[in-house]
Amino acid sequence: MYDSPSLENEVTDKAIKIAADKVQVFYGDTHAIKDVDVQIQDKTVTAFIGPSGCGKSTFLRCLNRMNDTIDICRVQGQILLDGEDIYDKRVDPVQLRAKVGMVFQKPNPFPKSIYDNIAYGPRIHGLAKSKADLDVIVEKSLRRGAIWDEVKDRLHAPGTGLSGGQQQRLCIARAVATEPEVLLMDEPCSALDPIATGQVEELIDELRDSYSVVIVTHSMQQAARVSQKTAFFHLGNLVEYGETSQIFTNPVDPRTESYITGRIG
Amino acid sequence: MTDATASGAAPQKPASGSLLELDARTKRRNAAEARFKFYGMAAVGIGLLFLVLLLVSIVRNGVPAYTQTFISLPVELQAEKLDKNGNRDPEEIKKVSTFGYNPLIDQALFRVLEENGVESPFEKGADLRKMVSASAAAEIRDYVIANPEKIGETVSFRVLASSRVDGYLKGRVTREDLARDKNLDAEHLDIIDQLKEAGAVARTFNWSFILGADASESRPEQAGIGVSMLGSLFMMLVVLLLSLPIGVAASIYLEEFAPKNVWTDLIEVNISNLAAVPSIVFGILGLAVFIQFMHLPQSAPLVGGLVLTLMTLPTIIISTRASLKSVPPSIRDAALGVGASKMQSVFHHVLPLAMPGILTGTIIGLAQALGETAPLLLIGMVGYIASNYPDGVASGFLDPNSAMPAQIYEWAKRADPAYYERAWGGIIILLLFLMTMNIIAVILRRRFERRW
Amino acid sequence: MPATWIFLIVLALSATGYLLGRRRALVSAGGDSRHLHSLPAYYGSNAALLVSVPALLALVLWLFAQPMVIQNRVEHLVPETSYANEGELSLVMSDVRRIAEGLDLAVEQGAMTEAEATDIRVETTNIRDRLGAVGVALGSDVEAPILVAAKAWREMNATGNMIRTGVVLLIALAGFGLGMVRADKDFRARNSVEKVILALLILAASLAILTTVGIIASLLFNTIEFFKLYPALDFFFGLTWAPSFGGGSELGILPLLWGTLYISVIALAVAVPIGLFAAVYLSEYASSTVRSFAKPMIEVLAGIPTIVYGLFALLTVGPMLFQAFGPDGAGWMGGGRAVMTAGLVMGIMLIPFVSSLSDDIINAVPQAMRDGSLGLGATKSETVKQVVLPAALPGIVGAILLAASRAIGETMIVVLGAGAAARLSMNPFEAMTTVTAKIVSQLTGDADFASPEALVAFALGMTLFVITLCLNVFALWIVRKYREQYE
Repeated sequence: MYDSPSLENEVTDKAIKIAADKVQVFYGDTHAIKDVDVQIQDKTVTAFIGPSGCGKSTFLRCLNRMNDTIDICRVQGQILLDGEDIYDKRVDPVQLRAKVGMVFQKPNPFPKSIYDNIAYGPRIHGLAKSKADLDVIVEKSLRRGAIWDEVKDRLHAPGTGLSGGQQQRLCIARAVATEPEVLLMDEPCSALDPIATGQVEELIDELRDSYSVVIVTHSMQQAARVSQKTAFFHLGNLVEYGETSQIFTNPVDPRTESYITGRIG
Repeated sequence: MTDATASGAAPQKPASGSLLELDARTKRRNAAEARFKFYGMAAVGIGLLFLVLLLVSIVRNGVPAYTQTFISLPVELQAEKLDKNGNRDPEEIKKVSTFGYNPLIDQALFRVLEENGVESPFEKGADLRKMVSASAAAEIRDYVIANPEKIGETVSFRVLASSRVDGYLKGRVTREDLARDKNLDAEHLDIIDQLKEAGAVARTFNWSFILGADASESRPEQAGIGVSMLGSLFMMLVVLLLSLPIGVAASIYLEEFAPKNVWTDLIEVNISNLAAVPSIVFGILGLAVFIQFMHLPQSAPLVGGLVLTLMTLPTIIISTRASLKSVPPSIRDAALGVGASKMQSVFHHVLPLAMPGILTGTIIGLAQALGETAPLLLIGMVGYIASNYPDGVASGFLDPNSAMPAQIYEWAKRADPAYYERAWGGIIILLLFLMTMNIIAVILRRRFERRW
Repeated sequence: MPATWIFLIVLALSATGYLLGRRRALVSAGGDSRHLHSLPAYYGSNAALLVSVPALLALVLWLFAQPMVIQNRVEHLVPETSYANEGELSLVMSDVRRIAEGLDLAVEQGAMTEAEATDIRVETTNIRDRLGAVGVALGSDVEAPILVAAKAWREMNATGNMIRTGVVLLIALAGFGLGMVRADKDFRARNSVEKVILALLILAASLAILTTVGIIASLLFNTIEFFKLYPALDFFFGLTWAPSFGGGSELGILPLLWGTLYISVIALAVAVPIGLFAAVYLSEYASSTVRSFAKPMIEVLAGIPTIVYGLFALLTVGPMLFQAFGPDGAGWMGGGRAVMTAGLVMGIMLIPFVSSLSDDIINAVPQAMRDGSLGLGATKSETVKQVVLPAALPGIVGAILLAASRAIGETMIVVLGAGAAARLSMNPFEAMTTVTAKIVSQLTGDADFASPEALVAFALGMTLFVITLCLNVFALWIVRKYREQYE
């Protein structure tokens, strides 16, 4: 799939899902993100790469306004989701986050049963009219999360009892259950072993069919494996953004080249 | 539904419902959110309100205790009454009891009224004397015994007014209250009003409330908290001298030397439980062990101090262990690495570094002990009228005394509202002490706290 | 010789031991401290510890033991006719002690010669007057057998003190000798000193156990004593509490337990919602400025002594409630002191206790949990209610149990605010009383300690101790388990 020659064509067809324009982020006095412009396409996996502290996670958290939970964080500029500014005063972050789901670095299942973990989102957003509805959503989400077969016999066991890889897929299923349009993933595999990482990457690739996926990753190999578009961040700047194959084989900026050849990072 | 809107959608059109319009469910959820947040704010507000209410009632009720009404009396110290033989022998002067001084006070009172042109509805001096505290006679007698050469002269005294008069000037006692009161009549108040106008009656700051001793139930105007403050001081000395070394020693053992075994576990569980045992149980322990079993003197600050030591030790041990634990192991390793023994590494390096934390914990423990009342009730530090200062250090520890919180309780139990005012006043002093101690602890922590 | 002097002599000897021990060790090494096994100070300390520790331990033990031994032996001298029961015996014995101490004082002040004091007799001297002259007031005239006992007391005390002086000083001197012998360059002084210090540390740590043992023993013995006089069944299941010092008391604990529980429940009903909501608000919503102001302010409530709350209940809250619910208001209240008064004030006292414990526990819930919920589009309150609080639940239950144990053991607020009448009633505006309040009233009255009316306090104390102990152990266990879960 990665080597498909039609990849470029495929990508250029896609609609723009998120458009960021001159985004600045400040933590207190620190200027964490400087003038970032980026257009993220629908039905595409976009990878953010860069050395630690380059601002890629911070930018990701701007996309569903998770930075609102940090007191000292200020965001300037414009981020449009389907043409609507998500930092508009009228926008309720709660509604936004239902559309833009998020998966975190460390698997963080709630201390509830597997079923309740998945049902949590649909319940608070009122997506299910009946218990039967909910059962359907839970099953569908767990299947999407590629974990249904492993947990279908113990839906009421605590989610914390699963293995790390299973927990992360559970969290992905949980995010999927609210029927988002965009899925943000903040280094989703950094706490997982290689086998679990492989399973999650496979899942991400499948998710591309239905969602726009944005993934922050430390691992260039991972970016190369799962993404179609790649953005390289360095010291708060978006240095280069383009087709993954192009970034990795023929970077334009010297900084990108240094990074992917391992000289900075 | 994501699938339906997926391909070919125009970039400027929202896929599902605009973000700029809140749907009904979100509005409902936001309302719930606002309600929840309001409950939280209300809870904090109620907590603060209670604090304000408490402080206001302490200050409003307690501050009047610091002023007292005095009456200026020119008393003629008549030789024929006080020293019949005229030889100024102190032994003979002492034979005149306080009753012997009452006529002098009566006379002085009539004189004051006359000088200020106040009509007296009372014929008898004893009736007029109700305005003056019963302590006045004793005060004048003490003066005469100390200065026998003044006999025959007229000396001006500022004597305490009785508690009813004082209460009237403070607004606590009204004329209606006096209808059923045989201690004072409304006519007295008329006299007081006129004398106040003339400047012979005045309310001034009352040092003897802060420095003085407790008084009998019928003389609230004379009662002070000074002696019981001293009782508290001696108790705190006992607590400090015992609980600091013992607490530190126990913590050092548990934190640095104790092997992990059943005995150590038992001690640990014990300490955390003792910290939560009701204080009254420590009072029972003190009564049974120190007083019934060891026959130590009742009501003595020494015993109070011992009981409070046992009560504070767990607190001090817990905080000391926390500060020992916060010294990083690298310090110990460094000391051991240059050939110090374990004991030397602890006493030369770990303990000095942990000292600010230990002192902070100790001060907070002492503050807790200073305000504790319940155990003192059982070892008899209540009900005793602390009327004398102890003669010396030894008697300070061993002679019966009261303590500040016990004295406050004692006053609260007495039926006279004049004593309530003193109880509140005592609380102000107690809280000032506690505040000072806590501020010292905070400063210590701020100045010497080290982040590793 | 008085104990203070012995103490000072031992200290002086110990200081001398330090100096001499240090010097001897140095001399044995030819003046070059490098040839010593330990630093010179350790040799000195070794000698000083050998002098002081055993001697002072002996002194302290003696100080506690001597009065007990003498008491026991003199008791036999008091004829059985002069007392009816244990309680009177203890009164007689305290008379004996007063007279003995009075005679000592008289000799000391020179009001009596030693010979006079030894030969004093009831028939020839009015002892009450003589002792009154030196400031020892006796309640009644002295009877012959009492005087005999007092004289025996005096004599034994004098002998005891003499032997004490001898024994303690001998031990100190022996320690001194041993210290000198050991002040030799090859002796491992540091190890020896450290062993002694370690022993002292262990001793200090064991004091916690000793305290618990002391509490249990003093409660247990007196409780057993009480159950000998009053049937345990009647105590635990009696519905009436009516002590009368003339005898025929009914001492059922149930009304007291009811009062205790009722007040505690009201207190928790005030403290738990307010404390919990305040903790949630301060940890999840409040800005750092609000938090840095409100949190310490609320915690001030925890630093205020209970006597202040007691007074607040008695003089502020009680009258306020009485105005609202008394005869002039709703008419439910007969007086300012009531279950409601005490419960409300106790609730205020417990607010900071609940809120700061809950705050710690809520903060221990990992941020990742909140992010997970917010990332799904949950509001803050949904996150708190459905994720944070359920995750923190065990810890919060532990905190509430600790608060309950505080409420049950609280004394001053109920003594001043709840009233004195033991009642089994549902009306929260009625005065009721609690276990702790009755412990105070039974032990501070004039009852003699051997009567069931006084001993019952120990049985009450035992009940209180057991209840709070169970609550504490359980709560601490829950809290610890909870902490481990997130560490």
